[in-house]
Amino acid sequence: MEKPTYILAIESSCDETSAAVVSDGRTVCSNVIYSQIDLHKLYGGVVPEIASRKHIEKINQVITQALKEADRTLQQMDAIAVTYGPGLVGALLVGVAEAKAIAYAAGKPLVGVHHIEGHIAANYIEHEDLEPPFICLVVSGGHTHLVRVEGYDRFEILGRTRDDAAGEAFDKVARAIGLEYPGGPAIDRLAREGNREAIPFPRARVEGNEYDFSFSGLKSAVLNYLNQCEMKKLEVNRADVAASFQYAVTDVLTTHAIHAVKESGLNRFALAGGVASNSALRASIKEACEREGIQFYYPSPVYCTDNAAMIGVAGYYEFIKGVRHGWDLNAVPNLKLGQRI
Amino acid sequence: MKILAVDSSGLVASVALVEDDNLIAEYTVHYKKTHSQTLLPMLDEIVKMTETDLAGIDAIAVAAGPGSFTGLRIGAATVKGLGLALDKPVVGVPTVEALAMNLYGAAGVLCPLMDARRDQVYTGIYRFAGGVLEMEKEPCAVPLEEILAALNVLGEPVTFLGDGVAVYRERIVQEMRIPCQFAPAHVNKQRASAVAVCAQRRMADGGYVSADDFSPIYLRLSQAERERKEREANGE
Repeated sequence: MEKPTYILAIESSCDETSAAVVSDGRTVCSNVIYSQIDLHKLYGGVVPEIASRKHIEKINQVITQALKEADRTLQQMDAIAVTYGPGLVGALLVGVAEAKAIAYAAGKPLVGVHHIEGHIAANYIEHEDLEPPFICLVVSGGHTHLVRVEGYDRFEILGRTRDDAAGEAFDKVARAIGLEYPGGPAIDRLAREGNREAIPFPRARVEGNEYDFSFSGLKSAVLNYLNQCEMKKLEVNRADVAASFQYAVTDVLTTHAIHAVKESGLNRFALAGGVASNSALRASIKEACEREGIQFYYPSPVYCTDNAAMIGVAGYYEFIKGVRHGWDLNAVPNLKLGQRI
Repeated sequence: MKILAVDSSGLVASVALVEDDNLIAEYTVHYKKTHSQTLLPMLDEIVKMTETDLAGIDAIAVAAGPGSFTGLRIGAATVKGLGLALDKPVVGVPTVEALAMNLYGAAGVLCPLMDARRDQVYTGIYRFAGGVLEMEKEPCAVPLEEILAALNVLGEPVTFLGDGVAVYRERIVQEMRIPCQFAPAHVNKQRASAVAVCAQRRMADGGYVSADDFSPIYLRLSQAERERKEREANGE
């Protein structure tokens, strides 16, 4: 048997410092994640400068640990992959500068990876049978994209959010009902105690593209509801608000996703991104996929959150295609899906 | 002892290779491209030009701060990555100390100035005594008036340098009551060779850390932390 191809991957686009070793693009040998969430909770959201400082403090330890847990040396790696966008520019720069220096000094090829393409690729880790083409919904704190995955490196964006990302709406609504950051898991937990039919929050329709999303109107509707309750001195059932809000989000995401799969003529659908861990969203899409006879894929929670393993997977497919970046690789905070720089 | 040095703390990007009392190569650029795009290609260039095997260096030096937060981190991540891959120690040199080293042997006192925004400068006061660089005032972030007042109290002739001079030259001339001068182009901004020379002494004194442990010296909290502390101090 041929020697496997090992990728050392680095991810620092937001508030997770992560490094991983991935073999042949499908097997995760290690995936070390240092989460800074507790630091940012104090501020109700990610503070870019604090995130960047923490990345610098932790990055070497995380990389060393990833190599150690994989029981591999840097010299055994075939390439170094790193997220170079999109994300927070200061945070991205730490990973990019570190990866470039390591690749340079160790004499290894450098492969820049798109963060969202990494999230999509997370699905390949646990699903050997999954190959493009398929439809993928990427939902996280910064992104809401409905994508037709044509190939490992080819993507067609079918729909995207016109305003807030789904995860952002979760964070904002969570804050309004007194839940801590990050809002997604907090709302998910509280919603289990509430009635999702209690408050009929709106499902936004977006003019122009049937696959686009909008969540700012829903967020405003929740805030208006809370204000009205306060003015009328009505007691707010926070669990009902959480459940009804979450239902409105998952309903729209599910409807768009299923519609896209049916129109595409494909039979496979994958979920990706931090919000892909949301239990209500998973349940809603799972049920719809079963009803429609669609194959449904989703990653384990550890591969939904920002992690370097997914960057190693996406990086592997770029690497075998021949993608190499130069020592002048820069962070590109607004890098577009499928864009190559 | 062979030291590879990097400075990306300000507007200038600079890389140098120094062995004992010999500057093997130095590449310094003051241009609009970001340090992220220039620093490693510059290193690659001098390594190729001088046929250097990086495995043969003894330490990696870096301008540790103060300076632009992002610039400091590009330098820091670069040396941490190099240090990790090459298994070499990292020597952090205060940016303003390395700037002062540019003016080796100068009479009077030396005052490096870097524009720190928010109406402050990153600065310090240094002097050469018997060929040795001594610190009169440690690196700090202060209003320009504060450092000029301290220099007026010291009463010795001053040489100013650093990218803060371009921003504050008129105010300096107005407020200084003692003779002062401004360093010329070839020595008035960051040079990695000076970082390497400062690092030589630190290596001899054990002033190095592992690449894992190195972090920049920001001299300032992030804005969010500062505002939070202010709120807490006000009892909110």
